[in-house]
Amino acid sequence: MQITVTVNGASETRDIEPRRLLVDFVRSDVGLTGTHIGCDTTSCGACTVLLDGQPVKSCTVLAAQANGREVKTVEGLAEGGELHPIQAAFKEHHGLQCGFCTPGMMLVGSSLLEENPTPTDEEVRWAISGNICRCTGYMNIVTAIQAAGQEGS
Amino acid sequence: MYPSTFDYSAPEGLEEALGLLSELGDEGRVLAGGQSLIPMMKLKLAAPGHLIDINGVSELSYIREANGHLAVGALARHADVSSSETVSRHNHTMSSAAPWVADPLVRNRGTLCGSVAHCDPEGDWNSVMLAVGASVVARSTSGERVIPITDFVVDFFTNSLRPGEMVTEVRIPKYQGPAGGAYLKLERKVGDYATVGVATHLALDGAGMVAEAGLGLTAVYGHNLKVTEAEEMMIGQAPGSELFAEAAAIAARTCDPDDNVRGPASYKRAVVAEYTRRGFAQALAMAKEQS
Repeated sequence: MQITVTVNGASETRDIEPRRLLVDFVRSDVGLTGTHIGCDTTSCGACTVLLDGQPVKSCTVLAAQANGREVKTVEGLAEGGELHPIQAAFKEHHGLQCGFCTPGMMLVGSSLLEENPTPTDEEVRWAISGNICRCTGYMNIVTAIQAAGQEGS
Repeated sequence: MYPSTFDYSAPEGLEEALGLLSELGDEGRVLAGGQSLIPMMKLKLAAPGHLIDINGVSELSYIREANGHLAVGALARHADVSSSETVSRHNHTMSSAAPWVADPLVRNRGTLCGSVAHCDPEGDWNSVMLAVGASVVARSTSGERVIPITDFVVDFFTNSLRPGEMVTEVRIPKYQGPAGGAYLKLERKVGDYATVGVATHLALDGAGMVAEAGLGLTAVYGHNLKVTEAEEMMIGQAPGSELFAEAAAIAARTCDPDDNVRGPASYKRAVVAEYTRRGFAQALAMAKEQS
């Protein structure tokens, strides 16, 4: 079947099998490998993308379900060569170590800040609770997301 | 991991979806949020020949009050339920449970009706629905059935839908007078299945006695378990710690948990008892605020 998905603002049309997972459409068909595959079982959040602005786990969405819709990946955060405030804050506050969970954390963080630019510690932790980091202990991730909100407001 | 091959349709209206479901028979399977079905297909626990994706059937995307009940359509996501003022005004047990289903990202996709239809004994929603006395609306090309939740939940991953039927709505009765409820869930980490979940519902009559009691248990039986004996025992009684302790004792001996990675059966029984007491105490406090 043929689908057309707007990925980071660009229209992408491909022939796919109905069982194609959104994460593989993004990584292999469109070639954006910033979206990672971690657990492959809807647990870890490494494959997080924004589907029509909402964070979802792309290992558990069919590419066919994104037909006609908008997907944003980590590659879509920076604009005009400038880091998105959340990317700058993760860099500044050392919100990552190995970087595997980082694309998902930043997308969830950016989605939270759209609704709530000054989240409390508790609100940030609640928002990222579907995304697992095995390096940082989360402290600097929470700090970075809050700092990005302060920066943007 | 990849699902087996299947055909895919994305109807834009309910009648079209029902027509496909009727045509395809056992091969057809409805895809709503997909947060249970897609993982099961990836694990080859399910291999439907044809998916009918209803995400484009926008007429099913609603949460509304109608004819004295709350109606949740088949495309209402857990996140919609969680943030709905209609739900929080209408039913404490539901608004208490919604934030504890899965994790925030799964809640953006998964649906309440899908979870109810899935009948996973470790799923949260059917305990809530059993406690609050919900009904399930099933539609097919030949009409509509309204199925009490006690008849809908048949067994382990088994509901009473007939071939060609799909769940289009879950209905929750509106209680008159002071009422309250809670869903208490013990989980090892966010997104894990419940070690134990306890849904409670309590409504009081004009004299402050128990007019309605609801008690549903998650992950401690072969299906979500309605503790009818405790519910019936409470009717007409004075609510309070003594009555709740009695209900807790009935719940603990009625459930039949397994020893597994989430803990030994004896521990789970103890949690069932404690959460039953706490849940009813919270429900009573809410009801008293309204009386």
